[in-house]
Amino acid sequence: MTATAPILIETPIRDPLNRRPRAASLAKTSLTSPWASLAALVIATLWTLPTLGLLITSFRPQLAIQRSGWWNVFNDPDLTLDNYREILGGDSSLAEYFVNSVVITIPSVVLPILLASIAAYAFAWMKFRGRDTLFVAVFTLQIVPLQVALIPLLKLYVNQLHLSGTYWSVWLSHTIFALPLAIFLLHNFMKQIPIELIDAARVDGAGHVRILFKVLLPLITPALAAFGIFQFLWVWNDLLVSLTFVGGTPEVAPLTVRVAELAGSRGSAWYLLSAGAFLSMVVPLIVFLALQRYFVRGLLAGGLKG
Amino acid sequence: MSTGAKFGQMFVAIGLFTLVFGSILLLASRAKDRAAERIQAGAFVLPALLFLAVGLIYPAILTVYESFRSADSSSFVGIDNYLTILTQPDLQVVLRNTVIWMVLVPLAATAIGLLYAVLVDRARGEAFAKSLIFLPMAISFVGASIIWKFVYEYKPTGFAQIGLLNEILVTLGFDAQNFFLLPSPWNTLFLVVVMVWIQAGFAMTILSAAIKAIPSDIIEAARLDGATGVKMFRRITLPSIRPAVIVVLTTIGIGTLKVFDIVRTMTGGQFETSVVANEFYNQSFIYNNTGLGAALAVLLFILVIPVVAYNVRQLRKADAR
Repeated sequence: MTATAPILIETPIRDPLNRRPRAASLAKTSLTSPWASLAALVIATLWTLPTLGLLITSFRPQLAIQRSGWWNVFNDPDLTLDNYREILGGDSSLAEYFVNSVVITIPSVVLPILLASIAAYAFAWMKFRGRDTLFVAVFTLQIVPLQVALIPLLKLYVNQLHLSGTYWSVWLSHTIFALPLAIFLLHNFMKQIPIELIDAARVDGAGHVRILFKVLLPLITPALAAFGIFQFLWVWNDLLVSLTFVGGTPEVAPLTVRVAELAGSRGSAWYLLSAGAFLSMVVPLIVFLALQRYFVRGLLAGGLKG
Repeated sequence: MSTGAKFGQMFVAIGLFTLVFGSILLLASRAKDRAAERIQAGAFVLPALLFLAVGLIYPAILTVYESFRSADSSSFVGIDNYLTILTQPDLQVVLRNTVIWMVLVPLAATAIGLLYAVLVDRARGEAFAKSLIFLPMAISFVGASIIWKFVYEYKPTGFAQIGLLNEILVTLGFDAQNFFLLPSPWNTLFLVVVMVWIQAGFAMTILSAAIKAIPSDIIEAARLDGATGVKMFRRITLPSIRPAVIVVLTTIGIGTLKVFDIVRTMTGGQFETSVVANEFYNQSFIYNNTGLGAALAVLLFILVIPVVAYNVRQLRKADAR
């Protein structure tokens, strides 16, 4: 998804998908105007039609795709699963890349959450010298574009760590690049937990580890989910990091790398490209639709990364 | 490697990580004397800081250093790489394109997102209407580029068009166009559209939430004063959500600055459509000019700073009020 720096929203903002009835509304009248409805309809169409076109194309026979536009499918419904058979088991199978995407993504989501929640806890609830300065430093690192780190990091993997072309190089890189935003977001959520809860746990004799895992983490599950979705979409959809570290290793490279390669080398093989593009989209779309609420909440809490 | 072996490696990695950090935390929690708290704090914070130091800070410093060195990093060249970026015609085109992206994408995405948020606010089916605009956020830049490349697909006039845009042109009686071959910088606009398409959903989400957070008494008061429609929007809505608008503009601006996947997938930076992030990749990995590549990366960083500074200043102002 989106490549961006983090943001901090300081205005009180509510979950837009969680609509509560309110006394007054700004635009109660807006959609009663036919022009407003028309404008909304035009935008909605522009935003869906391109995707729909490629989706329909992915189910059309190879020859038909070349001979006529996808809109002809409504006069002449000739649909097939051949394109998907081709990319899932044929000569240009993407199945292995799909596996790679899954194998790359899961640790790249789990590891930063693990590391960041531990660090965020310390920044939020432990006292040590230089804490605030360090936290600001970590927070500031969010604005560093990852391009700045890529080449030296690649050299480090190649020369010192001997990890180039392995999953490890991608896992570690995604973990590192995720940490500033993750620590910042989780810190903010942990800080919102009432201090009485923490004190009560302390009185009961719980140490920091117990408090973190037994009290805090269960309470901030929505925040973990929100960050998890960000990171999931970011890693699954990433091209630059994978291209840099495992781009030359088909055995490890994810779907995005392969599909981008196909777009370059077989730019007019739309039967492959359309099905391939949708294979790469299906998982994030499912995750996104299923967990949209958390995603929106995370967005509003100030997270959009890159 | 078989699929099983891959998943095996994955679980080993997660297990190893958990084990290492688990043991660090447990060992630290054993500490009993006066230093206990400090040791524990270290155990909690240092692993993450170590990752950041080795994986982000140290590489960034090295990149800055490399940006003052020659293509093969063998000699010191001062600010030559930066001068090259500013003076070489090819790279000036890259800079110009980047400016076009940076201006158009935030403005267009924010305007469309805001318009749509206002239009569907409180309407029936609002959640569904929003999902339609929101959905491109889940799609990778690569996927979105392929979707739009297909919209722009070109066949010579006289052949059946399979790209939607050319079909529309032909139906209206115009000639079909190969949009990427249009004179630069016009062809860049067709790439910019993709980013706007992706980012409008983000703008809409944030701005919609901001609109819903406007206190209802303000709106009621304005309504009693006779404000409606456009007037209400300009006098009440827009000033109330100004901080959110700034956040959206700057966030999208920073994201746009680093856009790489779209250019690479759609044109590969050919036909004078390249941008800084794409040129960084080409110089670093294709032409092996590490000095120039590093300078372009540093340039990206430098360009982020004023945007962030503006954001922070505006938010401070909003807070002070």
